Amino acid sequence: MLKYLLKRFFWMIPLLVGISLISFMIMHLAPGDITSSEASFNPKASEESRQKLRELYSLDKPVIVQYSLWMKRMATLNFGTSFASHQRPVFWQTKDKDGNVTLGMIQEALPITLLINVLSLILIIAIALPLGVVSALKQNQLADRVITLFVFIGFAIPGFWLALMLMYWTGVQHNWLPISGLQSLGHEHLHWLGKTLDTLKHLALPVFISAITGLAGIALFVRNGMLEVLHQDYITTARSKGLNEHRVIYGHALRNALLPLITIFGLSIPGLIGGSVIAESIFAIPGMGKLFYDAVLMRDFPVIMGILTIGALLTLIGNLVADVAYAWADPRVRRGVMQ
Amino acid sequence: MVKWLHLRNLLQVMTWVVLTALMVGCGDSTSNKSIHKIDYSKDYPANSGGTLIDAMTGEPSGLIAMIAGESAASAIAGNIFNSLLKYDKNLELTGELAKSWEISADQRTITFHLKPDLKWADNTPLTSDDVLFTWQKVTDEKTRTPYGSDFKLVTLAETPDANTFRVTYKAPYAPALDTWAGLHILPKHLLKDQDINTTAFARNPVGSHYYKLEQWKNGQYLKLTRNVNATQGQAKIDHLLSRIIPDKAAQFLELSADNIDSMGLNPIQYARIFPARPELNKNIALYKELGNSYTYLGFNLKRKPFDDIRVRQAINYAINKQEIIDGVLLGLGEPVASPYKPGTRWSNPALKPYPYDPAKAKALLKAAGYEDHDGDGIIDKDGKPFSFEILTNQNKEREMTGVLIQRRLKEVGIDANIRVLEWASFLGRFIKPKEFDVVVLGWSLSLDPDQYSIWHSSQQAPGQFNFISYSNPRVDKLLEAGRLELNPDKRMKIYHEFSAILLEDSPIVFLSAGYGLSAIHKRVQGISNPAPPAGIGHNTYEWNIPQAYARSEMSEH
Repeated sequence: MLKYLLKRFFWMIPLLVGISLISFMIMHLAPGDITSSEASFNPKASEESRQKLRELYSLDKPVIVQYSLWMKRMATLNFGTSFASHQRPVFWQTKDKDGNVTLGMIQEALPITLLINVLSLILIIAIALPLGVVSALKQNQLADRVITLFVFIGFAIPGFWLALMLMYWTGVQHNWLPISGLQSLGHEHLHWLGKTLDTLKHLALPVFISAITGLAGIALFVRNGMLEVLHQDYITTARSKGLNEHRVIYGHALRNALLPLITIFGLSIPGLIGGSVIAESIFAIPGMGKLFYDAVLMRDFPVIMGILTIGALLTLIGNLVADVAYAWADPRVRRGVMQ
Repeated sequence: MVKWLHLRNLLQVMTWVVLTALMVGCGDSTSNKSIHKIDYSKDYPANSGGTLIDAMTGEPSGLIAMIAGESAASAIAGNIFNSLLKYDKNLELTGELAKSWEISADQRTITFHLKPDLKWADNTPLTSDDVLFTWQKVTDEKTRTPYGSDFKLVTLAETPDANTFRVTYKAPYAPALDTWAGLHILPKHLLKDQDINTTAFARNPVGSHYYKLEQWKNGQYLKLTRNVNATQGQAKIDHLLSRIIPDKAAQFLELSADNIDSMGLNPIQYARIFPARPELNKNIALYKELGNSYTYLGFNLKRKPFDDIRVRQAINYAINKQEIIDGVLLGLGEPVASPYKPGTRWSNPALKPYPYDPAKAKALLKAAGYEDHDGDGIIDKDGKPFSFEILTNQNKEREMTGVLIQRRLKEVGIDANIRVLEWASFLGRFIKPKEFDVVVLGWSLSLDPDQYSIWHSSQQAPGQFNFISYSNPRVDKLLEAGRLELNPDKRMKIYHEFSAILLEDSPIVFLSAGYGLSAIHKRVQGISNPAPPAGIGHNTYEWNIPQAYARSEMSEH
């Protein structure tokens, strides 16, 4: 097992280098750079000044030279500083000689996005699991049809529209929940319990919206997995042994039906750090989606590369975790890995 | 096996928790803000205090404007830093840190006299040394600013005494005064040992204007507090709080729920939504002011047939500008006939936009050799139909403008197609190499009349701003003369003549200048309505929030 893990880890290095090289090239294929944003199309900013900026950012050098400069920095785990955001560190905080700490951009955005995505993943599982099981047990009956219709409506409904409607209903009409933002204005004067409650209230709608649109996939996956398993011989065996239906379903069927979910969750680990641009813009949440989107619009190369690299790393780790978890959960796979 | 049984219990518990949370939430609705019941129509004497909360779509990258560059940064930094000069409500230059300035007889030297006893927010004296330091920084090769070139024209900058700052140019440079009105003066004592590109000062600035930064919550808001050492007197409102809300619809909901006091509106919100919602109008007042930019249709003058003045004028006559203002801006804009703000001294009042006159357009096209010889509805010359592409970037208003133009051109027999591009490829693949027929774009209605970089024939290299390749020796001469003349009255004559030639030549078709639209809660008083040329923001220090109207939930902070 250890040897297998080491082998997998070793292979991640060339993979990461390859991914970063391709990302870097594609990024530079898009026309323009930080000096050609719409705001800088301003007669007060002369072409010579912009050329000077390009030199200061090494943007005048060939792409491969820029890549090697980036690689050299990355070798010391230095993600560099943002072009667009006044030299803020891309990844982690830095301290200058006077002791002023500047927080990293990913450092600030990542926890927010992670929190929303984890909460919504929990909500999805909490809702999708029972829905999927029920609809498999009642296949083609009314309950199944209603559930399928419900999850598909959730899947098909435009998230931004639902978000605005809910913001209007809960925020403007009834004043139950805050409309946008992450914290209330007096947040820092609150007790820790008040702070938590305040944050949860702000996160309620974004989490709900993100969960409702992601419900369909998992619910139908559970339903189909259950259906397949319920038709297996060992279920018939379990029933003929005289086990009660509860044990048949929750002890035998569901457990096996959930196995492929491990793969899905493994693959969704990189998704956890990717926020939705639309949801983050509407709810005014400074998360990863908005950070990446703005970076792409501004051609803020260090930020784009920082997010892509971390995303690639998490995807690879996610794959590995999924494989290991699968081996742990399924003896058949485990034997294959050990050999 | 037992685990899965527990899962069901867990689910039950979670459902219960969610339901309870919802019910607790409902309970809050009884504490609904009573603020809606206040009658905001009374007039109270101006008092100081209160918090004004506004919303902005983007976050500043830093508050050193020469480096940050974007509008969000200028908006916030403009409350924190002073320049030597400023524009008054009629957009005439007046002193800000400078109490007066003199121009030498050869017009090469400008001497600024600072107001006495100026102080930074940290109580350190503000002197001509700080001005000199700022000039050194903006012209420093290592400073990452795109705005250095105007200041590099200064050959000598000196400080004869603590209250005097003198700059000498190689040749008279009339836009100089405007450039000094745009340069925020930075404190030398805090920045002299710092790298201005990376300094923490950009996120924790010390300035000299009405407000100082109290708190900056990344991605959420910036809070400014009144600066007791302000060089321009005391503003009435205690705190300015700018929330970062990227989505306009979300901003609008926050405004409706009385969580913010002010936001910029788009024409639909201004002209359609507000009139339909009387309950909003009770608490919120709408303002409009002439915006800072105009939209135009620009020809590639290097391409046939746009080198023919008759063709350009014909297209100008064929386009109905009022229709664009009504259709795209919902009537919230004005036609312009020159690149200057109507109502300011630089705008030539004698000039009128080309009227909508399709008959005249057809006659001009015929004179240029274009007629529908083959009867397909499209005019042609030498067997080639008159067909071209209108390029624009992803901007809803410009796209809609393009569609209206397309239809009017069809009526005079011109076949125009529209192509919409993402900004960077638009600039890199089409504008820089001049690979376009016609563009719909915008320029700012500049406060200084100098437009050398846009219209002078020497400014046509890739990346420069005369990308339509306009070249007229008379205009070149006037633009050169305008740069050498610092006397405003003489300058005005030069630019009035320049505008007249530009209109006649029609290298671009002036389409429209939209209004800046804003909604501000009626608790904020002292706002000029109707807005002067400088807009409603010219006297924000006089805005005030009467005690009776202040937000109750903000009072303890």
